[in-house]
Amino acid sequence: MKPFTYQRAETTQDAVRGIKTPGAKFIAGSTNLLDLMKLQIEQPAHLVDISKLPLNKIEDTEEGGLRIGGLVTNTDLAANERIRKEYAVLSRALLAGASGQLRNKASTGGNFLQRTRCPYFYDTNQPCNKRKPGTGCSAIDGYSRSLGIVGVSNDCIATHPSDMAVAMRVLDAVIETTDSEGNTRSIPLEKFYVLPGSKPNVETVLKKDELITAVILPKPVGGTHIYRKVRDRASYAFALISVAAIIFEDGTGRVAMGGVASQPWRVKAADNQLPNGAKAVIAKLLENPKTTEDNKFKVTLAERVLDGVIKEARG
Amino acid sequence: MKLSNFLMMSRRNFLFATAASSAFIAISKFAKATTSTPDTHKTNTNTVKMTVNGKPQELTLDTRTTLLDALREHMDLTGTKKGCDHGQCGACTVIVNGRRINSCLSLALQHDGDEVTTIEGLGNPDNMHPMQAAFVKHDGYQCGYCTPGQICSAVATLDEIKQGIPSHVTEDLTAEQKVTNMEIRERMSGNICRCGAYSNMAEAISEVAGG
Repeated sequence: MKPFTYQRAETTQDAVRGIKTPGAKFIAGSTNLLDLMKLQIEQPAHLVDISKLPLNKIEDTEEGGLRIGGLVTNTDLAANERIRKEYAVLSRALLAGASGQLRNKASTGGNFLQRTRCPYFYDTNQPCNKRKPGTGCSAIDGYSRSLGIVGVSNDCIATHPSDMAVAMRVLDAVIETTDSEGNTRSIPLEKFYVLPGSKPNVETVLKKDELITAVILPKPVGGTHIYRKVRDRASYAFALISVAAIIFEDGTGRVAMGGVASQPWRVKAADNQLPNGAKAVIAKLLENPKTTEDNKFKVTLAERVLDGVIKEARG
Repeated sequence: MKLSNFLMMSRRNFLFATAASSAFIAISKFAKATTSTPDTHKTNTNTVKMTVNGKPQELTLDTRTTLLDALREHMDLTGTKKGCDHGQCGACTVIVNGRRINSCLSLALQHDGDEVTTIEGLGNPDNMHPMQAAFVKHDGYQCGYCTPGQICSAVATLDEIKQGIPSHVTEDLTAEQKVTNMEIRERMSGNICRCGAYSNMAEAISEVAGG
């Protein structure tokens, strides 16, 4: 690990002031950042520790939804009574991710910002446009079984690893931030991530000095909530395909997919096809997929997983 | 050194002693070749106060020190093991403020004011924690390297079930949690055992849970 200076932030203002230090990064749960620092993929010169800030509450909003503090742990969020009853897809997604130890540490804000687990991003001996812009993509002609099939570019086919974010996308979550000038803004999750294009190192619309303070869930929409994750082993593995779905009695609903793109993948026209079955949904959701020999199985797998989800919802 | 003294040394002390003598040789050779130390490796330090196994600790550490390294190298609590050092194997599992975490994926400085319990804090050979006794009884290990992490994880797992925290295999998210073999296996998936003593561990954990 490269040397860095360390600051324990006492308040949010403290934290956003500290982030102005050259080379500074926020650290919260540390489950991803510290791992990347050990590999020198991340080399912050200064760490602003926000883990003890009072952003760990889950509160009701006036609109009947929930305001989830950015530092609420994955375990606490999954176990929250209202999340379990009214936003079950989120609870299920969180519990399908990582291990008990990691969920106890990982924060809500950090989960959105975790980096891809593309094997070439992690291997510092290999070119990677996300890790080192302009060096090339080793994955496109390499081992790409776990990688993306939609929204990918000629420079990057990495997937976003989060389960939580897929459920948040289907729930229309909104991310709240504050910056070093004290400005706050609300970013709908559908506008939070950016496609890789020619700059796969840029992953979100967040500015460098912006801190995720909370996530807002609109009031519950009812329906049957399902999160189904398919992976190479039964537990503690990233998704090959995951489906977050809310399906209503009349067969309409919403669907988002994980394991296929650099962000949780949802397409309005695909939602509209839900009453017509999995094949119709996938035709829109994974329209014109850009696959490799290694990961072309994902298109078929996605349809089968979604078909199972729709059948489960219909009972 | 007399042979009898040599045999009385623990393996750990012996390894330390041999490592120290080779380091000494290496340093003396290096000292001849250089006259000054370049100032490019500046170390940043900070202090942290935490309670470990009921004992208050105040440490001044290189900012890069993980909780795992602080326990092992600065507090001599070597029961906690370093396996992968990347949060994938669970050998470093300790309990912080009642919740199990991977101590390798946490900076020691982030634990100011925290209460940490390691395997040494759960019990000792003369006064074993029920989970330790159950692991012995059910032969829940072979080489033993992952065992401290497995036991810390198992103790916290049963507590999580008691607190009503659901898991991936919990059928009804709103019903009371049950301790089943599937629940134990899913919840313990963050602890890898390369000897494959899983079924015996599951029996040990199940016995402690009263199953």
